[in-house]
Amino acid sequence: MTVGAETARAHRPGKPVPEGHDPDERGHFGVYGGRFMPEALIAAQDELAAEYAKAQGDPQYLAELDDLLRNYAGRPSLLTEAKRFAEHAGGARILLKREDLNHTGSHKINNVLGQALLVKRMGKRRVIAETGAGQHGVATATACALLDLECVVYMGKVDTERQALNVARMRLLGAEVIPVNSGSATLKDAINEALRDWVTNVDHTHYLLGTAAGSHPFPMMVRNFHKVIGDEARRQVLELTGRLPDVVAACVGGGSNAIGIFHGFIDDPGVRLVGFEPGGHGISSGEHGATLCEGTPGTLHGARSYLLQDDDGQVIEAYSISAGLDYPGVGPEHSYLKDIGRAEYRSITDDEAMQAFRLLSRTEGIIPAIESAHALAGAIKLGQELGPDAIILVNLSGRGDKDMDTAAKYFGLVDESKEESR
Amino acid sequence: MNLREVFQACREEQRAALIGYLPAGFPTVEESKELFSAMLTGTDGSTGCDIVEVGIPFSDPVMDGPTIQAASDKALRAGFRLRDAFDVVSSIADAGGHAVVMTYWNPVHHYGPDAFARDLKAAGGLGVITPDLIPDEGEDWIAATDAHGLDRIFLVAPSSTEERLALTAKATSGFVYATSVMGVTGARESVGAAAAGLVQRTRAHTDLPIGVGLGVRSGEQVAEVAGFADGVIVGSAFVTRAEQDGPAGVRELVAELARGVRSR
Repeated sequence: MTVGAETARAHRPGKPVPEGHDPDERGHFGVYGGRFMPEALIAAQDELAAEYAKAQGDPQYLAELDDLLRNYAGRPSLLTEAKRFAEHAGGARILLKREDLNHTGSHKINNVLGQALLVKRMGKRRVIAETGAGQHGVATATACALLDLECVVYMGKVDTERQALNVARMRLLGAEVIPVNSGSATLKDAINEALRDWVTNVDHTHYLLGTAAGSHPFPMMVRNFHKVIGDEARRQVLELTGRLPDVVAACVGGGSNAIGIFHGFIDDPGVRLVGFEPGGHGISSGEHGATLCEGTPGTLHGARSYLLQDDDGQVIEAYSISAGLDYPGVGPEHSYLKDIGRAEYRSITDDEAMQAFRLLSRTEGIIPAIESAHALAGAIKLGQELGPDAIILVNLSGRGDKDMDTAAKYFGLVDESKEESR
Repeated sequence: MNLREVFQACREEQRAALIGYLPAGFPTVEESKELFSAMLTGTDGSTGCDIVEVGIPFSDPVMDGPTIQAASDKALRAGFRLRDAFDVVSSIADAGGHAVVMTYWNPVHHYGPDAFARDLKAAGGLGVITPDLIPDEGEDWIAATDAHGLDRIFLVAPSSTEERLALTAKATSGFVYATSVMGVTGARESVGAAAAGLVQRTRAHTDLPIGVGLGVRSGEQVAEVAGFADGVIVGSAFVTRAEQDGPAGVRELVAELARGVRSR
């Protein structure tokens, strides 16, 4: 089966959807999701939901998206078996879904292309986006360059410093990058600023949300754009091993790469779905971004979901060494999957993630994004738990070029006189 | 007096109601009580805000511009707790003022909608404005406010369709909050032509009073809005004035604005 057919299948309208896969018409996954948004934005979200529904049934749109995914983004992405890395994971087979090989270096391009085509259909000309690590910002700037759309990217001031290279990439691609100084000056504050821009300019501006969070229809729509990851991976694992994996592992910040790969296997009850959240300096330190592990239900950025909040309902700033994961919220469908027990969520500390980051680099010659390194660290633990008969599929959601500055500092790689200390 | 009666009293004076906003706990809880007290009286001690809007500082205020966000941050850093809002509302009610609360949904959701409505009512609050809660998601809130006899004020926007205007007006009590411009809070040079049109469109769906907010800052603008709305809501201008000149500045501003609603 071709990727095009896979994509078309994922988007075919009118097909009865198994219970629990799609939210209700108001965007609820169980008690999560919904639209907790200013009234001023509801018309735009209704328009987006309607346009998306129409596009799902439009062969021309599907063909255009399929063509871009194949001939521009580079789909299908490879499946790579990490044999030397697996020796450190109890000998379990570790299979990497190579989203890092997509154009712009991460899974983000799948969603961005899908939404950018919708922007054209809606006749809007300006796109705003928020970004943490810069992967989504770069992907958005790329799609806007390709489709001739004006692009403004909001990014926390702290993140513009951590990810200076990606800021330069976005600017080269023609995007305006606006550093956000409010709050913790990270991803959640960039989202707040983007929402404010959207309220003001909604008549000609689309907010190209980068993760499977926010208000309806974003969580469902973004998930569907990323479902291609899981659909491809399922087929590839079957071809390679003759059976389904025991576990599918992915990192979870907002949760878009995880929900995309999970959905390829959600109807396979024998496949465990495990999401790894940023444990930062350790859960007990209080400095982490483990929303599903440690948060409680609340509402932020338009949806009810698990949330890091204090006992007064104020949002707590998340922390992670990875700029792409330090978000105090999470997509509502993950909250739902957690509550119904279909997916499990665990946390991985900065140090564990960085060890896995280095290990994959040295054993496989692949430098992963620090986000993805959380899933790799999780896979090592799972492999040790499950033993050599297990097959673990890991979503390698992005490449690590953007993280070299962080890694160089962490491992002391820049000062040649200094031994690696960690 | 409930909100309907406050608006009725203003209507009998053939004028719009003046509604002033400040965040609770800004710059501290005690000082915010003084600021609200100043809002009730004005310089000559006779004319003040007919209704005061007590903002609950929140970490992620997506509908607020930089002025109110900075004030809310200041309140949070000074140790504002949600329960302090009830204390502030009590002080306003004790002084004979009419207080409504404006809050993002998460603090209410976390406190428990029913407990929040109960405690606000007990403190003497009259209603609640919820900028990120639409009636579609308001089932618990509608039940809680009904149970405790509190008005719930939803917002309409220039982008609202006729269907949504009807739905929102139907779910609202007290008054309808019409956002005059597409945008966030913050004083502006002009109120926006959209405001009058929105008020007119909303009137077709409800007999409730309609208050206009977002971007109103001067006596002149207040007079303009009072020409077509039942209430004029001023926020950021109060925050700026309070920051610069404290309670005395708030009294001066409220006197100017109160003349504005009476200038027709």
